[in-house]
Amino acid sequence: MTETIQNSVISVLIEDESGALARVVGLFSGRGYNIESLTVALVDAEQKLSRITVLTSGTPMVIQQIKAQLKRLIPVHDVCDLTQEGPYVGRELALVKIVSSGERRTEALRIADSFRARPVDTTATSFVFELTGSPEKIDAFIELMRPLGLAEVSRTGIAAIGRGPSVFHLKKEPV
Amino acid sequence: MTAAERDAGTGNEALNGAEVLLRVLDEEGVEVIFGYPGGAVLPIYDALFKQDRIRHILVRHEQAAVHAAEAYARSTGKVGVVLVTSGPGATNAVTGLVDALMDSIPLVCLAGQVPTKLIGNDAFQEADTTGITRPATKHNYLVREPGTLAQTVREAFEVARSGRPGPVLVDLPKDITVGKAPLTKPALSRLQRLRHQGGPDAEAIARTLEAMKTAKRPLFYTGGGIINSGPEASDLLRRLARKTGFPVTSTLMGLGAFPSPDPQFLGMLGMHGSVEANMATHGCDLLIALGSRFDDRVTGRVDAFSPNSFKVHADIDPSQIDKIVPVDVRIEGDVRDTLEALLEGWGETPTPDLSTWWNQIASWRSVDGFGFTQDMTPSAVIRPQHAVRRLYELAKETGRDTFVSTEVGQHQMWAAQHFQFDKPNRWLTSGGLGTMGYGLPAAVGAQVAHPDALVIDIAGEASTLMNIQELGTIAQYRLPVKIFILNNHYMGMVRQWQELLHGSRYSQSYSEALPDFVKLAEAFHATGMRATHVGELDDVIRRMLAHDGPVVADICVAEGENCYPMIPSGAAHNQMLLGPDQDSEAAGLTEEGKMLV
Repeated sequence: MTETIQNSVISVLIEDESGALARVVGLFSGRGYNIESLTVALVDAEQKLSRITVLTSGTPMVIQQIKAQLKRLIPVHDVCDLTQEGPYVGRELALVKIVSSGERRTEALRIADSFRARPVDTTATSFVFELTGSPEKIDAFIELMRPLGLAEVSRTGIAAIGRGPSVFHLKKEPV
Repeated sequence: MTAAERDAGTGNEALNGAEVLLRVLDEEGVEVIFGYPGGAVLPIYDALFKQDRIRHILVRHEQAAVHAAEAYARSTGKVGVVLVTSGPGATNAVTGLVDALMDSIPLVCLAGQVPTKLIGNDAFQEADTTGITRPATKHNYLVREPGTLAQTVREAFEVARSGRPGPVLVDLPKDITVGKAPLTKPALSRLQRLRHQGGPDAEAIARTLEAMKTAKRPLFYTGGGIINSGPEASDLLRRLARKTGFPVTSTLMGLGAFPSPDPQFLGMLGMHGSVEANMATHGCDLLIALGSRFDDRVTGRVDAFSPNSFKVHADIDPSQIDKIVPVDVRIEGDVRDTLEALLEGWGETPTPDLSTWWNQIASWRSVDGFGFTQDMTPSAVIRPQHAVRRLYELAKETGRDTFVSTEVGQHQMWAAQHFQFDKPNRWLTSGGLGTMGYGLPAAVGAQVAHPDALVIDIAGEASTLMNIQELGTIAQYRLPVKIFILNNHYMGMVRQWQELLHGSRYSQSYSEALPDFVKLAEAFHATGMRATHVGELDDVIRRMLAHDGPVVADICVAEGENCYPMIPSGAAHNQMLLGPDQDSEAAGLTEEGKMLV
């Protein structure tokens, strides 16, 4: 039995109803599972389905348990372990506020450019950059900004989807 | 005519929400509700008053309503139904709901709620019931629209009984039950998703059969799933055991699925299980878990659990497989279907020669771990094990269909060890949650379901006081239940652990200032009896069994008796404590074990 801790990105399709998110979050806290990040939004208005992406970690047995426990929730239609089931794209959006002037301000702008981060708010003394990418890329950006006047960070946590033509939850033909 | 009335599609017959609720309950086959009224459920009680198809049993505390419904469900195979008011009514029910969740009992709990407009305003008797019961139920609902009432209640029943059964709560704001509501049919698509359960995987069955045909030391480890699957599953288990000649052990929750007096039955396994069951679990080369979940009371030290066996786990709930003990073959699905597939696959294979294994089992059995010596001098102190054995033997003599509920503690384990069951659904106990106070209301539920049966609550004096108010319910409905109290003046299991693990410092475990149970019985219009010495025991049991009304029998038993065998927490199955004289270090009583419960 391997005891190595692994990261896992799990997608959950869940009925968009009152308390649905609380069931998922309560399951994680009640059973002592980790949530590194969690995103949720309605993805199918017609079927009233939301998609939750959870970045979690644990031993393989714990990850297996997390998936099985999620599947037990009545409003959950499907659970997919993107980490296990093949390559996936995981993207996170961050808004990063830099308050600085002079040389540090110029350097911040230069680095932002190389990360393809876009200033979405600019004043004489501050920037808000919008940046998307893998969590690692955003971590790296934040580290570089730290000495350059990093003031505030807001991150969404990752949204993820499998690569290639296969579809995780297929009720109707993909359009 | 309002829109709701038109939607009802029943012309001039416009029903209010409470009436729609009762219609749906009736359609679901509900005959009995256990409940307690209050402000938020007055419309439902009014509707109950105006009909005579559904019977209501008025309990004395909402926790008891849930336990009674659990026992009703467990002893009939139907869904138990509870009705409580908002706020304290619902919060009082929470212990029972968690109990049902842990033991996979199908329940629907209908809870009143303040009107939708007041929700979130800290209104009188308001509680966030769906929030509080979310982790206490299999699923719960808050009905916000009259149009969804009927389908929500139907779905609640479907959720409660489908797959691995469990409790479901439906929160009903008062405006929903007062206002008009349509009697709609269920939305099929969602219910179909819940119903979906394929048969067992053919390859998994084939691998299991292959292992069964070559095993030298096989063992069936059966659990409450067999009971939940229905009497047919018990029957299939018996047939499979006969054909294969394999020994069978059972969890606490599974008792009765296989006849306890049968030579192929090794008794219960686990912390207070039999020597032969635990040694066989430790020594087997093939362990087939059927509807059981490797609870910590069963496994003891997980890394030393059944170390050399090929393991198969069949369960309807995939999350139970590979949760605690990794297995070699997983079989998802109703255990009834699994048993059927195994039986079919086994076919006419001759019964293998397992004589070496059975000889080994016989030598373990000869240790007689449940053995005790009762001094039969009439003035001798009654040993609790002897009291349970005599209760079993004398109850058996009556030839009546017998249901036994228990509270939680030593008496529960002695009942599991010494009372024998040959049919499923007769044993009603709180296994997973270990809820003291379960047994008395459970006896109420079982007796309501089986008015002509013999229903006995094997109790401890401390546990039974936790829901003693239900003697009022027993009196009101003239339920002839027998409350058989093994009174040792201690919270016995707490006392036992304090003796073994905490230097005999009996902190707060003495039952001080007990009531006189005979007078207490009389105060509740029941008959009280007492046996203080072994010479009185049989007579008290006989009179209790012969009496046609409720009886509280106060059986004064040895105070310092411990329940053996015992696998201390953190120890392995082959490290059982067999009796008081054994070296506790050698038996695996460790500081680490003390950390465990």
